[in-house]
Amino acid sequence: MPIEIPKDKWLGSIRTVTIGATSAEGGTRAKTVTVGGGTTMPYLHFKAPTPNKPAIAIEIKSRKPTDWSPLLAEVWGEAMADPAQWAKKAEEAGADLIVLALTVEDSPEDAVKAVKSVLGATGLPLIVWGPGQAEKDNELLVPVSEATKGEKLVLGICEDKNYRTIVATAMANGHLVQARAPMDVNLSKQLNILISDMGMPKDRILMDPTTGALGYGMEYGYSVMERLRLAALQGDAMTQFPMIVTPGFEAWKTKEAKVGEGVPEAWGDWKARAVNWETLTALALVESGADILVLRHPESVKRVKDTIEELITA
Amino acid sequence: MALSGIQIYKLLPQTNCKECGFPTCLAFAMKLAAKQVELGACPYVSEASKKQLAESAAPPIRLVTLKADGSEVKVGNEVVMYRHEKTFYNKPGLFLRVRASDPDLAKKVAQADAYKVNYVGMDFTLNGYAIEADGDLASAVKAVREVTKRPLILISNDAAALDSSLSLLAGETALIYAASESNYESLAEVAKKHKAVLAVKADTLDALADLTQKIQAKGAEDMVLDLGGKNLGDWLMRSTQVRRLALKNFRPLGYPVIFFAAQNGVEKEAVYAAHAIAKYAGFVVIDTFAPEMIYPLLVLRENLYTDPQKPIQVQPGVYEINSPKPESPVLVTTNFSITYFAVANEVEGSGLPAWLVVTDAEGMSVLTAWAAGKFDAERIAKAIKGFNVADKVSRKRLVLPGHVAVLSGEVEEELPGWEVRVGPREAVDLPAFMKQALN
Repeated sequence: MPIEIPKDKWLGSIRTVTIGATSAEGGTRAKTVTVGGGTTMPYLHFKAPTPNKPAIAIEIKSRKPTDWSPLLAEVWGEAMADPAQWAKKAEEAGADLIVLALTVEDSPEDAVKAVKSVLGATGLPLIVWGPGQAEKDNELLVPVSEATKGEKLVLGICEDKNYRTIVATAMANGHLVQARAPMDVNLSKQLNILISDMGMPKDRILMDPTTGALGYGMEYGYSVMERLRLAALQGDAMTQFPMIVTPGFEAWKTKEAKVGEGVPEAWGDWKARAVNWETLTALALVESGADILVLRHPESVKRVKDTIEELITA
Repeated sequence: MALSGIQIYKLLPQTNCKECGFPTCLAFAMKLAAKQVELGACPYVSEASKKQLAESAAPPIRLVTLKADGSEVKVGNEVVMYRHEKTFYNKPGLFLRVRASDPDLAKKVAQADAYKVNYVGMDFTLNGYAIEADGDLASAVKAVREVTKRPLILISNDAAALDSSLSLLAGETALIYAASESNYESLAEVAKKHKAVLAVKADTLDALADLTQKIQAKGAEDMVLDLGGKNLGDWLMRSTQVRRLALKNFRPLGYPVIFFAAQNGVEKEAVYAAHAIAKYAGFVVIDTFAPEMIYPLLVLRENLYTDPQKPIQVQPGVYEINSPKPESPVLVTTNFSITYFAVANEVEGSGLPAWLVVTDAEGMSVLTAWAAGKFDAERIAKAIKGFNVADKVSRKRLVLPGHVAVLSGEVEEELPGWEVRVGPREAVDLPAFMKQALN
């Protein structure tokens, strides 16, 4: 007996967004990355194929981080002290994009130098984050934006308390922005509206719904992402942006990933557990509609990429 | 699909006799639709209506319970596609597959059975074992039953072996894996005889729906579905389609789903299991007993099956972070789990010792709780006194969250002898605050 499969009828779809520009397009990237375009809940190919698969970004820093897990220091080694080398290794590890996180210690000159060195070392499109303090973000991102005009970088992270300067410089120099709101559908929407109202073209916005790590509030982010995706499919224009999420940052903050000694035996092997923590956090976000996942460990990158490949080739 | 009040009203006598305790049949129907009364309260409802109402009240996904002497696992009875629409109710059972031919079978099960991990005050374990009959099934069942009291799944195509093995499990409800087109008649007989749950397997959903109906006709009611599928994407579509059809009251597929996580290799097992947990599986069978995989899977399951309307709360109390000493500071926060985690993580990451007092703010964050009057000077003082914090410290130094700086005067009044300090608003700034302001 043939069964009739119930299909949703959606009016809306996720916007398609391209990051990076090749020399023909006014930049220097060897390739660009296009995400979004989805017309169904994630990977439901009985309705429609997935037009662009989620991309994996690897997060590197402009200076050797002092607070990262020794497990990460172990895999990246000396490269952590040099963003150019680190970016190269990240590309070898399978990254589609690089996230370069600047630090509070950087001067504007340092920041520009770090960004340029990464652009020189790899042909991948680049996302640049300020250190996360409003004044410092603006101080560093504006010169970076100007020095890389036309590269179609993603600049971030815009939040409701500090977005104007970043959006303005991104608009002026042909870049994109990452808009982060704290795990709330309406706050996400509101920030997207504010940024659009400044005149930022809608195909140059990525939204970051904020997600906790597995065991640390991940389920809030998970449901917010599902709700944003559903709202987008229902036709709400201000939720139709591709989503960028940071499971690497979230997972590697947890005690489960960070700490190897003095933890319960029932947590099992440290390294395998830490990588599982990052991979499973990322996997859950893939299920709930992530378009770009920012990771830290090469093994998670491989596993998440393999998973995405399976999900889109059903 | 549940009937509306109006639809129910049409099935009632419509005499407004009031014997049910409601003024009209319509009022009673509305209460029935809201599931606030039982149909039995109406003395005059016809048998035909009763039957129709009972059918509409049956859950779209059958509740299946595996039972052993010591514990049980309930799955099914789900009502939504996405957890925010209501909640996911019955957590999928996590089962470990073992082999009847394994000489270390009992030892392996005993080791796995002792596994217990604590997550925010809750103890999690595996839910049971799946025995692969690649050796003598009955003796394997005996050996396993001696070391665990958890429910079992028996994996075999041999009806006779299943029959004799199930006889060893009197009073239990086990799961038989799996009936297919070629053997369903004999397996359905065995399942019926032993009141076992029967897993059903077919290559397509069409074939699967046909098969469950044939098995039901044989008198076996409790089934679970193996959806097949060549990879994660294929399985996701099948699982989504089955959930959708079931929620539209398509009975032939209204059963929980079983998923084998190592089907495409043990290196993919963790991801496969996580995928199944997120996307509607009722039973997830793993092949590897690895705490570093089982712990995150159990946490994932807990997270996704948490009622989104009721945030996870942390047990109020005094939490020791980085082995605090009597001179270490006392930090105060609320028992909303995300708030607790944010604070505890930052303090832990700083390496600085502290006593973290978690007050009962009914699971609200600091600002929300303060606005709702669940986190005020009185409650903070009550927690400090109730948990005998003064006995633990030599220096009575209390740090309030920056968002409730306004409470500091009142807290000083409520807690004479305590030095009350105002900390940062955000947890992320705590390490710097502790380093600079508390030394």
